[in-house]
Amino acid sequence: MVLPESRVLDTTLRIAPFVVRVRSPFASVLEHLEFFYRDCEKPKTAFVDFDVRLLPGLGAHRFWRPQARFLVDDQNPFLPLPVNQAAPMFEWGLNWTIASRSLGFVVFHAAVLEKNGNAIILPGFPGAGKSTLCAALCHLRGWRLLSDELAILDPVSGMLIANPRPISLKNASIDIVGQFPGARVGTRYLDTRKGTVAHAAPNRDAIEHASQPARPRWLVFPQFAPGEGHQVSPVSHAEAFALIGEQSFNQERMGEIGFRALCTLLGNVDCHQIEYGSTSDALELVAQVTQQD
Amino acid sequence: MNRASLLDLLKHPQRTTALSPSGWTEFIATARNANLLGKLAQRLHEAGVAVPAAPLRHLEGARLLSERQHHSVAWEAQCIDATLAQTDEPVVLLKGAAYVLGRKAAGVGRLFGDVDVLVPPGSLGKIEIRLMAGGWTQMKSEAYDQRYYREWMHELPPMIHVRRGTVIDVHHTILPLTARSHPDADAIIAHSIPLPGYRSLRIPCDEDLIIHSMCHLAHEGELHNALRDLDDINSLLSEHADSPDFWGQLGDRAEHHDLAAPVALCLMLARQFFDSPVPESLVLRLAGADSAAIQRLARLYDAAIAPNPEGQPPLRSLAAQLLIYIRSHWLRMPPRLLVQHLSRKAWQRLSLASGASPKNEQGA
Repeated sequence: MVLPESRVLDTTLRIAPFVVRVRSPFASVLEHLEFFYRDCEKPKTAFVDFDVRLLPGLGAHRFWRPQARFLVDDQNPFLPLPVNQAAPMFEWGLNWTIASRSLGFVVFHAAVLEKNGNAIILPGFPGAGKSTLCAALCHLRGWRLLSDELAILDPVSGMLIANPRPISLKNASIDIVGQFPGARVGTRYLDTRKGTVAHAAPNRDAIEHASQPARPRWLVFPQFAPGEGHQVSPVSHAEAFALIGEQSFNQERMGEIGFRALCTLLGNVDCHQIEYGSTSDALELVAQVTQQD
Repeated sequence: MNRASLLDLLKHPQRTTALSPSGWTEFIATARNANLLGKLAQRLHEAGVAVPAAPLRHLEGARLLSERQHHSVAWEAQCIDATLAQTDEPVVLLKGAAYVLGRKAAGVGRLFGDVDVLVPPGSLGKIEIRLMAGGWTQMKSEAYDQRYYREWMHELPPMIHVRRGTVIDVHHTILPLTARSHPDADAIIAHSIPLPGYRSLRIPCDEDLIIHSMCHLAHEGELHNALRDLDDINSLLSEHADSPDFWGQLGDRAEHHDLAAPVALCLMLARQFFDSPVPESLVLRLAGADSAAIQRLARLYDAAIAPNPEGQPPLRSLAAQLLIYIRSHWLRMPPRLLVQHLSRKAWQRLSLASGASPKNEQGA
């Protein structure tokens, strides 16, 4: 489980738009990075945005209940987790870091994908089916993944910034996504706080084009409702603003800049809600809203 | 990055142009951990230094955050003023809020969280009730914590506003009632200056502002913010460096507050770390017969204040940090009470660690 001294992980990855150094003695973290980040550039000399370490937990219970700690720039924002969750902890910790560090971006909880230069934003309310839909759009309809969890809005350009990382899947969605053509699903982590968790790798295309931002064009609130049929309904801009505000990690902290950036974003997008009972229904509704096949 | 390099770049922002990408990485991480990133960003911005795009994102982010916090603290001050004006009691802002609203150089780019205020001891009950009516509520509900704050410390337990989530610390003196020194809080209030545009809010006169900052640093057991605090002190001192009467008045005020030794210590540290223009005669006057002991203490702080983003500071720093931690409690509580308090806290920590399930805040 713990790597020998000579193989201890110390790598620096360009995980656009950031450079992240990762150090860890855990084999699971090394395997996670080799599986999901194999296409990322490894810059030799670069400014490191986030210096991440996943280390064994401290204290006496390391002997009967080993734990993993997440550190970023020597700060320790979380309580430790069971050691077998070290790899998902890397993803959660990096999400937290991007959302909470003040870097001039407005960050909110949503999946973002692009086709022909235009981006669709799928805000993430729990149970809405955002991640499954996001994976389906990538693998079944050829959308480029910008992010499955974090919409990163640049207030200066009004563009959405790509942060292509593994799509985070929970419970039943793991098997559904696993059957999509070209999907690569990694290790399953049982009994996490979110149930069973696994990740699906982003396409190589998403990594290669990560430096290209996308223009926000559609804002679609997904609602998974099994057995209810499927329908599209328009959402007013005011309502969309309030809903996005709820999903924002740092809009309040961004003050006037954040407020204006979200206003501009809403001025440029069509807002809809889609309700669906199956992935194929959802894809059809997205095609209807975006006029893209 | 070591302390000397960090301080050198803080004093001479232009020298950052020589930094390599990995030099920038260390510099930004060290400054962030020392809680100096906002101040640093503001200084680089004002000096017009060309910063590479990648670190600039972190600096501009910190600068925007500090501007945003300064807007928020101004609004919070309005809310506190509106809530407490009816009590007709003076409410003196302390520390960060005082620097920002008093437009001190120490406030520029400074990041902070809570608002600290000093009020007359007799008004505490009135003020607590007004705050509760205005939407603030107690954060610490345990009886022991309540007693710890009210009986032994120098403040009401911190109160949080139910809608805004902002925190106010209401003090009635500037050191615990159990502490060895007894600063004259009444005099701080009596000499405070009204803040234009507010009904009840005031800030301490400059000498008291500085002495309070020093008193806080010299009695604080944890040194995460020590460099930031010394930078505050240096900025406050530098504003008056050229006025001939200032240093004498600062000395008089320190003696009046029974804080000659802590002030002497902080003057030594400010001079040593930031080249503050402190006259030797003032240090000698305040240190008096304790001069050797205070110099030893200054060496201890010198060893303990070691910003280090790579985790483990050297053993010498750890030992110094531990001594300062113990000393800070020693200064604040008589020994019997201290033993009671620390064992009580250790017991709480132990039962928390073995019993409760971890509460994870992993977010998305």
